[in-house]
Amino acid sequence: MSDKFSLRVKNLAYAYPDGHQALFGVNLEIRKGERVALLGPNGAGKTTLILHLNGIIPTQQGSVTVVDTLVDPKNSESLQHVREKVGVVFQDPDDQLFMPTVAQDVAFGPYNSGFRGDELTRIVDESLEKVGMLEYRDRPPHHLSFGQRRRVAVATVLAMSPEILVLDEPSSNLDPASRRELAEILRSLDVTVLLVTHDLPYAFELCERSVILAGGVIAADEPTAELFAKPSLLAEHRLELPVGFRL
Amino acid sequence: MGERLYLHRHTFIHNLAPETKILSVFLFVLVVVATPIQNYYAYICFVLIILALTRLAQIPYRTLFLRSLIEVPFVLFAVLMPFFGTGEKIDFLGVNLYQAGLLAGASIIAKGTIGVFMAIILSATTSARSILEGLARLKIPAVILGIASFMIRYLNVVNDELIRMRIARESRGFQAKGLRSWKVLSQTLGALFIRSYERGERVYLAMLSRGFQGKMPDDNDVRETQLRLAFVLPGIALGTSIVTGLLI
Repeated sequence: MSDKFSLRVKNLAYAYPDGHQALFGVNLEIRKGERVALLGPNGAGKTTLILHLNGIIPTQQGSVTVVDTLVDPKNSESLQHVREKVGVVFQDPDDQLFMPTVAQDVAFGPYNSGFRGDELTRIVDESLEKVGMLEYRDRPPHHLSFGQRRRVAVATVLAMSPEILVLDEPSSNLDPASRRELAEILRSLDVTVLLVTHDLPYAFELCERSVILAGGVIAADEPTAELFAKPSLLAEHRLELPVGFRL
Repeated sequence: MGERLYLHRHTFIHNLAPETKILSVFLFVLVVVATPIQNYYAYICFVLIILALTRLAQIPYRTLFLRSLIEVPFVLFAVLMPFFGTGEKIDFLGVNLYQAGLLAGASIIAKGTIGVFMAIILSATTSARSILEGLARLKIPAVILGIASFMIRYLNVVNDELIRMRIARESRGFQAKGLRSWKVLSQTLGALFIRSYERGERVYLAMLSRGFQGKMPDDNDVRETQLRLAFVLPGIALGTSIVTGLLI
């Protein structure tokens, strides 16, 4: 782990246009190479926070800094740069895979960054190789299984060589083998990871540090093993380890 | 769905470049539409050409016929045309029919059916994706191609959603019977529309997240288009149309 920051969120607050306030001053710093789990009950504002990280929701109050770039929705050049640096893997792979074939979909991001021709093909093949999906490059996404689609969704983001990979509920709807395979892929990557999940064992397996987002603020920020050793703190935020799970 | 129409074979027609097939079908249909219905020799030749193409592409005639039934609701009004109108009447099995209406109705049905047959042959020999590629090489505007491509991609997703909603309905004892069930069915459609709309928003967010700036990627391979072959079939049809027109 280095002393450089991949992501710094300071006093981030956000209210939806209908007046519902989702974030009340979030502070979060993630160092380069760290894998951090973002835990929190349903409706805690996790998705809202994610959409701030690459400027899809414009910052109202506070600031988000990716490496050295401030996320500034008014500056479209910096926004483009931030979107290359922050790779978001959304929960439903069908939302993420919209092109006719797997390869075209993986090419979408790097194409927007200006890559063309052989260079683009090389990036696509390398990214698919990393998630073990190279042989499916010319298949349409809807012919793949759910687990395969999620792996391709990860590849589409890896193709942009992001500084930080943000995964929204990556283990949801996966069978145990796909779940393990995805964990192996994530562990093999040399990239900062923010894992948004309710799946505590998955967080324990992959992340050395966990933060709890509850009521629009960071309610806890500790090494995962220490945090999970406090069942009452977890329970306070509607988080529970599965029955029979031991640290 | 979307690819179910494609029949996987290895024939001369399957192997033609998609843009060749699309242009060929388009021009052929233009020739057919421009041929007056009175020139029935030409129409016999057109049908023979279609049967030959079907044979060549190894499409079962039964498939061609069954798929063509999709036009029935569209040509229904053409069947009514002989009963309404003005001018000369003819007596057919004791029913008064207007000659002008009869000709116009026959013309619509004949031209429509030939167009549908050609579309069926095209879709059975060319996958949806290749049709899009062909259209791109024919320089169809990117926005239209983008819409068509998203439609093909999400047809299955939306259809699956519809199936899940049906299963959920029926699991709770609902059966689609009679007029009263229409309310539930229309509510389902409304829910499906909203879900699809929201999915559209999520897809757009995912596109933005990967740096989308309003332009879809181009087709990468700059292949030489083979358009000369595309004129063969419409050429034959045009020749037939003119020669038989002179005979009559």
